[in-house]
Amino acid sequence: MINLSDIHKSYNLGSNPLHVLKGINLSIKEGELVAIMGASGSGKSTMLNILGMLDEADSGTYSLDNIPIVKLNETKAAQYRNKFLGFVFQSFNLISYKTALENVSLPLYYQGLSRKQRQKKAKEQLIKVGLGERTHHIPNELSGGEKQRVAIARALVTNPMVLLADEPTGALDSKTSYELMALIQEINDKGKTIVVITHESDIANMCKRIVYLRDGVIVEDKKIKQKKAKDYVE
Amino acid sequence: MWSRDRWQEIFETLRKNKLRASLSGFTIALGIFIFVTLYGFGNGLKNAFQEFFLDDATNTLWIYPAQTTKPFKGFKSRRNIEFKNDDLEDIQNDFSLFIEGITPRISRGAKVNYKTESNSYSVRAVGPLHQSIEKSLVYAGRYINQIDVEQFSKHAVIGRLVAKDLFKSENPMGKFVIINDVAFKVVGLFYDEGGDNEERIIYIPYTTQQQLLGGTDRIDQIVLTFRPEIGYNGALQLEANVKRYLKRKHFIDPEDPAGIYVRNVASDLKRNQDFASVLQYIVTFVGMGTLIAGIIGISNIMVYVVRERTKELGIRKAIGATPKSIIGMILHESIFITTVAGYLGLIAGVGTLTLIGDKLEDFFIYNPQIHFGTAIFATFLLIGFGAIAGYVPAKRAARIKPILALRDE
Repeated sequence: MINLSDIHKSYNLGSNPLHVLKGINLSIKEGELVAIMGASGSGKSTMLNILGMLDEADSGTYSLDNIPIVKLNETKAAQYRNKFLGFVFQSFNLISYKTALENVSLPLYYQGLSRKQRQKKAKEQLIKVGLGERTHHIPNELSGGEKQRVAIARALVTNPMVLLADEPTGALDSKTSYELMALIQEINDKGKTIVVITHESDIANMCKRIVYLRDGVIVEDKKIKQKKAKDYVE
Repeated sequence: MWSRDRWQEIFETLRKNKLRASLSGFTIALGIFIFVTLYGFGNGLKNAFQEFFLDDATNTLWIYPAQTTKPFKGFKSRRNIEFKNDDLEDIQNDFSLFIEGITPRISRGAKVNYKTESNSYSVRAVGPLHQSIEKSLVYAGRYINQIDVEQFSKHAVIGRLVAKDLFKSENPMGKFVIINDVAFKVVGLFYDEGGDNEERIIYIPYTTQQQLLGGTDRIDQIVLTFRPEIGYNGALQLEANVKRYLKRKHFIDPEDPAGIYVRNVASDLKRNQDFASVLQYIVTFVGMGTLIAGIIGISNIMVYVVRERTKELGIRKAIGATPKSIIGMILHESIFITTVAGYLGLIAGVGTLTLIGDKLEDFFIYNPQIHFGTAIFATFLLIGFGAIAGYVPAKRAARIKPILALRDE
């Protein structure tokens, strides 16, 4: 599904370039639930940006479902993001003046679906994340956990190949974090490929595989026995 | 691009961001409103000016005889020149190509009686053409006509205030007034927009006056109107030619600065028109200034709006909005707001001008109006600049990396 080979990325900060990614090789298969762990400065955000087509690597190849992701212009990148990827952010990034339903249906608007279809699909998706009753609330009327569920619904509504979650539990308390991880595991169990970026080991342990990043290289890549988040909730 | 979905998206955004929408709309509406009213006032000022200075006919030459200052061909200097009826006929015949009409004028003060009422008025002995020169508006009966001139009729056309003074509420038509002991029949009444003094005048045929003055054929001055087609330069040319012609006829030294005086209303008109154009420039300048202020206002608002929405635009990009759709959305929204607001401002401005109407005549603003085309042009200009002002920041926002926009807390 995802193939990164020999990815390099550096940023020019003043006179000396900052080498952030120093040859990343990573392959993720369909249906995996991968945690990318690392301290800040390890390069995990840069890697997510490259995975999410928000940024481009200096060298190396990236392919998604055998489609080479190379030299994308803005328009193409936007279309690929819309079609292939779903994003979940630490700070939710919902549009504040739109209701949950409108937020979730927005990606479908950019796919050119009719209003009726958009609303139907968005509603279904909100029911799946357990927010069937809160569709007409704006983000400020929702709790942190609910906001992140709306964000997940928005990420999944286009049925993307991969869900990219950047510190999805970073702004949540631990109980809500586990509830959210339970939802993510449930989605993964239905076959969705998910990449979670985190620095919390208990969250990473709820995934099926952990990739450790340090100073721009992968130092460890191991499959683990997944801890079910549900067991921690009650 | 102009799909129903886009409209719905825009209406939704506007409905939920009322403050932002009304602020930018208000800027535009105010800009157009001020432009329309100021421009209208400027036009009103121009109208007032025209009303004041351009009342009488403008294609006229006034010719006066005067004392010579140089001896010539055996004639001494300081000789008094006089016009006679044949001067009238000669000019008429020799300049017929350029002249529309010609009339003499003999002005005398006179004591005028009707029954027990009596007063002093200026009596002007004229030909029929005089009516159009002074723009006398006959509201009852008729003006002096050619038959009056040929038959030496004792007919008089009296001004509105003469009628009011002498006849009170009586109808003067057909009654006889005594002018310097001679009875004249009132055949017409006129009013004049040039002011009260113009309405305290009595017109009689010039031939009648000449007869009463002792059978003379002298005339005080000659007034002629030229064909407007000859233009300003043609009028100056005609002025010079008539002057030279009369000087030769009356044996006046061509170099003599006196002898014959000609007042050319065309030059007055030209001066007045120049002044009117200066007014027009001022009006245009004020208008442009207002428009530029409006454009700067809407530009600021647009920059602010896009800045405020950076994060939202980043989110939209992350979930699949193309740069084109981002720019399109912002432009569509701003054009929509500016069009609606501009239209409202236009209506309000024109409404205000209509409401004011004649109420400000004391302040020399007559009939303040704006050409429909000018108003529409200004509105579209603002809409266009609003779009450009939105386009630049929108383009920058569309290029920004979503990840940066999303971190923009």
